[in-house]
Amino acid sequence: MTEVLQPEILISEISNLLRDDRHVAIGAASPIPGSAALLAEEERKNSDLKLKVTILHSQKFNNFTDGSRELFDASAQGRIDTFFLGGVQIDGEANINLVGTGRYPKLDKRFSGSFGSALMYFVVPKIILFREEHTPRTLVKKVDFISAPGISPPNVYRPGGPKYLITNRALFSFNKKEKNFKIEKINPEFTLDEVIKSTGFEFKTNKNLKYFSMPSQKRIDILRNLIAPKVLNFYPQFAKKLWFN
Amino acid sequence: MVNFDLMTVEAIASKVEDNSLIGIPADYSGVPMSVTIEIIKRKKRNLRLYCLPLTTIQGDMLIGSGCVKEIETAAVTLGEYGQAPRFQDAIENNKIKIKDSTCPALHAQLQATEKSVPFMPLRGIIGSDLYHNRKDWSVIDNPVKTHSKDDEKIVILPAVQLDVLIFHAAKADINGNVQIGRRRELATLAHAAKKVYVTVEEIVNEDFFECELKASATLPSLYIDGISLSKNGAWPCGLTDYYTLDSEEMNKYAKAAKHQETFDAYMKNFISQSFYSNN
Repeated sequence: MTEVLQPEILISEISNLLRDDRHVAIGAASPIPGSAALLAEEERKNSDLKLKVTILHSQKFNNFTDGSRELFDASAQGRIDTFFLGGVQIDGEANINLVGTGRYPKLDKRFSGSFGSALMYFVVPKIILFREEHTPRTLVKKVDFISAPGISPPNVYRPGGPKYLITNRALFSFNKKEKNFKIEKINPEFTLDEVIKSTGFEFKTNKNLKYFSMPSQKRIDILRNLIAPKVLNFYPQFAKKLWFN
Repeated sequence: MVNFDLMTVEAIASKVEDNSLIGIPADYSGVPMSVTIEIIKRKKRNLRLYCLPLTTIQGDMLIGSGCVKEIETAAVTLGEYGQAPRFQDAIENNKIKIKDSTCPALHAQLQATEKSVPFMPLRGIIGSDLYHNRKDWSVIDNPVKTHSKDDEKIVILPAVQLDVLIFHAAKADINGNVQIGRRRELATLAHAAKKVYVTVEEIVNEDFFECELKASATLPSLYIDGISLSKNGAWPCGLTDYYTLDSEEMNKYAKAAKHQETFDAYMKNFISQSFYSNN
């Protein structure tokens, strides 16, 4: 068995989360979710439940023709099952901050901005929060700025929202009613205690805590032989560093 | 021979007046860099940028050069080349005003103008700090109650009309129709702008309306006030089917823009060279 790289384990774990989806969209700067979606598409191409993947950054894998509004319109219509969002900060109630740290508007550290999160987080049924860095700096008690809230009152249209949070240390599920995260899986290189210490918010522990699973040799072969060359087309820096160095 | 008057890139830049609200296309839809450099050379001031829905090196350069008073956007970023340093500096030091938005809201405000209605509703947004910082946005009760399970709260956004839009595109035909491909957001921007100027890589000796396939990828000349030929007009950004983004130059810019002094030196050099040609 060849050595499996850390990002490949994440790609494999994320791919497992897309099991029942029909259409996954991938937004800006998301090479790991993008690779995971293409992997899931490839593995299911001969099954009854096919997966469609829209990668906005690519020409060939972008299924839209009506301009950049189409992603948002299609999402609002319920045509996208899963979308990924990140955050400078993510808090224990799944509020996300893509704007910056400090007091708004004159922030201590300004980041790029909220992108489409303030609609996508409301209308896409399965939002997967993905942030590789797992530290008290990124996973905080309370975000400094809410780009999009984790939960909404009943009089706000909200068929969508956070379902999972995945980092390089753990996978969490989100419980909308209890407004909290529960740990589901842990990277075997870390202990639960280390994960608790590196998380700025409290989360529910899990009696059936599992480890991140090792992708099978078959899956690694698909990833390296079929997916990597595709990823090279639209995330060249990422693909070169991981697979073509 | 073309059936319209060609403008120069310089003439387009001179159409941009101080204080105007200017439409800024995203990194994937034809960034008009050659005109941007001319705007910077002319020391235009107090520009208000309206990004659909984000900006990259174009916005960062305009901000770093002191041309911008205000920006309405969903993001400013250099993408794979990192954060936009002049933008960050301007926000952290209170040099410009920002109207933080989200992509679909930036689309919807222009779509209201396309339809000539005063506002557009949009779902989402409620409960975000974007909303709390936007005095021009409101929440109403859904007055139609089509799905009256619950009384639904919904955000309404004001129609926005741009003073001027400038973008770069692949081709114009002999009648001044412009190929925008599937970058339909350029049509949204154009429909919502008082004046539209376009730079193109080439002018072709045909009429796009003679072919249905080409016509469907065309912004008609009725929305366009002026066209200029500008080879490599989007550089160092890319242009679909023509050239990809110049990663060496983007790296160089990202590094230089970290500090105002090195940014100024970079811009001085950039302006003194002629990267663009109009023949």
